[in-house]
Amino acid sequence: MSALPRRVIAALSIPPSVGLAVFYVWPLLTLSFRAIDGDAVQTTLGRRATWEVAWFTLWQAVVSTLMTLVVGLAPAYIVARFNFRGRQLLLGLITALFVLPTVVMGAAFLALLPDGMNQSIAAVIAAHVVFNLAVVVRTVGPLWEQLPSDMEGAAATLGASPWRVFTMITLPLIRPALVAASSIVFIFTFTSFGVVRVIGAAGTRTLEVEVWRQAIQLGDIRTAVVLSILQMVMLAAVVVWSSRAQRRYSQPLGLEPSARRMPRRGSERRQVALIGITSFAVCGAPLFALAARSFSTPSGWSIAAWTQLGRTEVRPGIRLGIDPLDAVRNSVENALWATLFAVVIGALASLAIAAARNTGRFLDVGMMLPVGTSAVTVGFGMLITFDQAPYDWRAEWWLVPIGHALVAVPFVVRATVGVLRSVDPQLHAAAATLGASPTRAWQTVVVPFLWRPLTVGATLAAAISLGEFGATSFLSRSDSETVPIAIEQLLGRTGSLLQAQGYAMATVLAVVTIALVAAVDRSHQLRTLARSTINGPN
Amino acid sequence: MAHLSVDNVDLSFETATVLTGATLTVDQGEVVAVLGPSGSGKSTLLRVIAGITAPDAGTVTLSGDDLTHVPTHQRGVGMVFQENQLFPHLTVGENVAFGLKMVGIPAVERRATASDWLARVGLAGFDSRQVSALSGGEAKRVALARTLAVEPRIVLLDEPLTGLDRELHDRLARDVSDLLADLAITAILVTHDPDEAATIAVRSLHMDDINE
Repeated sequence: MSALPRRVIAALSIPPSVGLAVFYVWPLLTLSFRAIDGDAVQTTLGRRATWEVAWFTLWQAVVSTLMTLVVGLAPAYIVARFNFRGRQLLLGLITALFVLPTVVMGAAFLALLPDGMNQSIAAVIAAHVVFNLAVVVRTVGPLWEQLPSDMEGAAATLGASPWRVFTMITLPLIRPALVAASSIVFIFTFTSFGVVRVIGAAGTRTLEVEVWRQAIQLGDIRTAVVLSILQMVMLAAVVVWSSRAQRRYSQPLGLEPSARRMPRRGSERRQVALIGITSFAVCGAPLFALAARSFSTPSGWSIAAWTQLGRTEVRPGIRLGIDPLDAVRNSVENALWATLFAVVIGALASLAIAAARNTGRFLDVGMMLPVGTSAVTVGFGMLITFDQAPYDWRAEWWLVPIGHALVAVPFVVRATVGVLRSVDPQLHAAAATLGASPTRAWQTVVVPFLWRPLTVGATLAAAISLGEFGATSFLSRSDSETVPIAIEQLLGRTGSLLQAQGYAMATVLAVVTIALVAAVDRSHQLRTLARSTINGPN
Repeated sequence: MAHLSVDNVDLSFETATVLTGATLTVDQGEVVAVLGPSGSGKSTLLRVIAGITAPDAGTVTLSGDDLTHVPTHQRGVGMVFQENQLFPHLTVGENVAFGLKMVGIPAVERRATASDWLARVGLAGFDSRQVSALSGGEAKRVALARTLAVEPRIVLLDEPLTGLDRELHDRLARDVSDLLADLAITAILVTHDPDEAATIAVRSLHMDDINE
């Protein structure tokens, strides 16, 4: 589509451009300049503690990534190669875990593992693995599915045992997808924030958590700024490495249409059954534990946590600073506003991008940038930028929804631009030959195509906002916690009722998120995108 | 005595019954062609012999050994696939040497053997080429060399010449015929082309004769 007057395109692109400049570019610049300024860099980088945190961030991400690959290959294999009962259900379950808010996933593992074991590095890594299984299954699976199984048969006729067929033929051939999957998982786990904070194990501070701790708990903005930049530099190095590696390992493959089949031999059936049941257990257990713990008290099963969600009195006369129902109200309000902002800005940007040719690409790349930045960085940047009059917006009700919208806009744009670009230019020409002015023709031909993708975008934006924790940790005011913030606080308190309430709220959030994403889970592309915002870098 | 015998093999997939009481014997050194239209179960028969697909019932015996429950890699059955199935991440030489590597032949020796086999199929000096750079006829020759290099007890050829243009097809058919005769190797050729069967094989069977 094109042929829209240039001034209309310009008018369309002004609001998104201004929004991006004010709420994304400016905060990031502020962050960078604060870091350059002064000797904070020297002090921070000279501290042993800094490098301990950096080292922990790195090795836990490497271990999490490797384990995710190892654990994920088995379900990827059966899903790619076989038809079996429960296949769709398994895929759905793995995807559902993938879109859960980070706080919920942390809570699920806190609930699953026995006390004493659940606040440990192992729990963090286990949560990362289950969280990211979908990346492996959905990235490696499609390639594996299309590898000709006869190629493995050919290796076997040449004397290769099943293990050698796997290591010498299959593994090298799926390596491009493995590299892609591992770089995605690495980025997610390197920037892990919500999971780590909720599990709260001693000595497990990622750079993201340390940025938050320094800035919010200790009030040391200068150190936090340097750590934030250090994190971005390390992340950028990984991204460069992974894109090089992916290019190196790409090779022409003779892919075939999928030939999934029912498992045949007894041994094959047992293998598929074993992997399938284990995968269901591994993926289902955290969700089950989450719900179960909301009914569990030291004196047996009880629905007290659910019935008392609205009460803020811990004991007669003693109030706690957390009001679960209030948090729900705040989250819903935030989500409505964030969705509205994201949809309006996203729609304008999409229309401008699709209508303009070359200049549109500039806006397109710009609108995608927030996806590549961790939500913690976004939130922290906004916190230190909008703290002086006349820009002291920290107390404004709209700051949190704007932060959420910033994270959600790329998904609205991706959902919409593709559809708009595929609108047949012939339709436009036809309308013009019938005497419609360019703007009129555009209204009749293009605008009707907007509703579907915008509905998808709005749903995703709402899901993203409801579960957002990274940016919110910096931006929410203490009297207006959102649900994820309340969950983290409840689980961090002692007292079984408070913990059970935390698990109850996490259960609700899990159900709502899964329902929202499932409602729009049609397009594969959206599914992949959805994760990187909902949980992704935050 | 029959070198290979397939006795009363039944096989059905979710949607179709492919083999019903399939029975076939091949003598030592004999080259047999199996004819039949596509979908008649010719390829499936070869897969059962190679152990890639397990039959529902029946046995496969090779020189007196019951292979029915022996895994593919221990059968000594070579197979040339219709789509060649060359390994794209290995060079031409490494493809041909793959089977030799599996039986533990040292690198130097297997490189030399692979070169010899490439020369024998008319591709001398192709060792370090990339698989993706081969023409259709060249890829077919590499697939043939790779299968023969391990000196299998029997060679299965699954529509090896389908999809090649006429001239190339006829030349390759003669070359394959000469090669099999030189080696005095037992082979089964699956094809839908009676002329090709006549050029390469000494005896032709139809799938209708094999299935009950």
